[in-house]
Amino acid sequence: MSDYIEKLDHVTDAEDPTLGDTEIQNYTINFGPQHPAAHGVLRLVMELDGEIVERCDPHVGLLHRGTEKLIEYKTYLQALPYFDRLDYCSPLAQEHSYVLAIEKLLNLEVPIRAQYLRVFFAELTRICNHMLNLGSHVMDVGAMTPNLWMFEIREDCLNFFERASGARMHAAWYRPGGVHQDVPLKLLTDIADWLDTRLPRLFEDAISLVADNRIFKQRNVDIAVVSKEDALKWGFSGPMIRGSGIPWDLRKSQPYDVYDRMEFDVPVGTRFDCYDRFMVRVEEVRQSARIMKQCLSEMPEGPIASFDRKVVPPKRGEMKQSMEALIHHFKLYTEGFHVPAGEVYVATESPKGEFGVYLVSDGSNKPYRCKIRPTAFSHLQAMDFMLKGHMLADTTAVLGAMDIVFGECDR
Amino acid sequence: MNIVHSAPLVQPIAGLADTLRSALGGQVVEIVEAYDEISVTVARESVADVLTVLRDRFDYQQLMEIAGVDYPDRAERFEVCYHLLSVTRNHRVRVKVTTDEGNAVPTITHLWPVAGWLEREVFDMYGVLFAGNTDLRRILTDYGFRGHPQRKDFPLTGYVELRYSEEAKRVVYEPVKLAQDFRTFDFMSPWEGAQYILPGDEKAQAAPPAAPPPPPPPVAAAKVEEVKAAPAATPTAKKAAKPKAAPKRKAAAAAKPAITAEAPKPKAPRARKPAKDSGGDA
Repeated sequence: MSDYIEKLDHVTDAEDPTLGDTEIQNYTINFGPQHPAAHGVLRLVMELDGEIVERCDPHVGLLHRGTEKLIEYKTYLQALPYFDRLDYCSPLAQEHSYVLAIEKLLNLEVPIRAQYLRVFFAELTRICNHMLNLGSHVMDVGAMTPNLWMFEIREDCLNFFERASGARMHAAWYRPGGVHQDVPLKLLTDIADWLDTRLPRLFEDAISLVADNRIFKQRNVDIAVVSKEDALKWGFSGPMIRGSGIPWDLRKSQPYDVYDRMEFDVPVGTRFDCYDRFMVRVEEVRQSARIMKQCLSEMPEGPIASFDRKVVPPKRGEMKQSMEALIHHFKLYTEGFHVPAGEVYVATESPKGEFGVYLVSDGSNKPYRCKIRPTAFSHLQAMDFMLKGHMLADTTAVLGAMDIVFGECDR
Repeated sequence: MNIVHSAPLVQPIAGLADTLRSALGGQVVEIVEAYDEISVTVARESVADVLTVLRDRFDYQQLMEIAGVDYPDRAERFEVCYHLLSVTRNHRVRVKVTTDEGNAVPTITHLWPVAGWLEREVFDMYGVLFAGNTDLRRILTDYGFRGHPQRKDFPLTGYVELRYSEEAKRVVYEPVKLAQDFRTFDFMSPWEGAQYILPGDEKAQAAPPAAPPPPPPPVAAAKVEEVKAAPAATPTAKKAAKPKAAPKRKAAAAAKPAITAEAPKPKAPRARKPAKDSGGDA
């Protein structure tokens, strides 16, 4: 090897392409669609110059299930569970946009306890989502242990979802007019204990392994720097735009449910790189825990769904007593409710960014059009300019810091 | 209307509609304010100019979404909706253009690079063309897909299905075969103007052209009479009404035997069934 290097020494490719490397041609590789670091079915067609990425063309749509088309054939309530299945890492956050869109068209008042419960579980979803993302991000760049610890937290979150809704992931728990069921008091006290003890212990331990870790920083600091202007131009939102130094959070600027009563800070990045995006999410987990504690201390007793029986079905006990309740139940589960004609665009701060629902109603019991604005679509599109000039191995770091789930991207 | 919902609160900007109307001038077709949201319909050719003005003068820095909507009844069936967001003014605006299969919408990829994929998606789902978009490939559907699935006339099941063929050792495409008919329920009540026809009713509609011989002479006669004696309207109208009612009754009569003719059909298997069952028992 040493004599080979001696031979190559002081010979550069440009001057004399015959010695050492011969003329180099860029070559194209497929990253995925089956790649463990692609977080699902992503196919990146990359043009490489050696190990430098020259061009990157993401091919998406491999998980396209026609959700928007299916929703047009379902009643408003039947369409709700599709939202769990879009971004299956943060199911309740997607439902949130959808039920708020329906409520906006109906101008339906939601009882205050239901609003607190929604905010509470939306933040639990955020923690749950960030655990998966942070864990897989650190694993993609070489650390194993934090992922295992964070999956412990995620498992706890899923157990809490199960105790609230009966389903670990696809909860379908937010409903137009409130939530489906009240939560038992024991669940709230258990989550309160968990927020005070288990979550900070596991989470801070896991983060302490990577936050100041030399290898982790080498893999993330100054990788895929996105300026503020670029972040705006490319339609970034959520941790991606905050990682680029713009303090933009829909929970603050366009508050929904009881977010206007919550006190929390919005973390922003300073160097606009992958490490910033990672740390923004880390801080968001702490802020989410803070919001959840406020919810627990302020949450009043009371109804958990609207009493508008033309939208919210009655409970089973009521149906045994009242003929009217029985009729309402029958009508709501066959025909469903009618939503006044009109169109709204409702976007909430999902863990991944702005998750929007553009709902067009024609006054019938089915949405005329339900356009879902995924977060991943615009982020993934920016992949090309973010990766340009980086090494092939940085792809996983950039992808990890984007937090992409293909159920949502491809719909 | 008193707002009681808890959806994201975007403070409406007072007088924005008038400001936009004066700033955009003749390019505006319509400005609608509903549900605290403002949507501006503009002429298709000027969409890039309008969005430039909105971005540079009205500070709508971000393009969050381009959504297509299909209204098959309209002359220009597709609507393309651009959702803009201002992070400095904390406001959203929606810009709409209408188009059809033949007319291309000017691209806005030079204003926002994010529009590239969003336009590709609208093209993929609706077949709306974007003039100037250099990368207008399909994005969400399969390689080699045909048709535009979000159009209202595209069936929910699609036209092809694919499976892995053991003989060919690869995935093969086949026409969709449904094990059961696609079921769609129309819950509109008859009092709200249901669009569906109950089973059997279609015969009542189809009957009049099927039984033409008897009615024409009286109708024609009535018409002649009407022309002849215009002032004496009341008796002729009565006469005209009578023959008109006749075919209806006839149609009903025609429909009835059809029903009775069909009626034995379901009976037959029912009669056979017990015999079959008993045979099985034996």
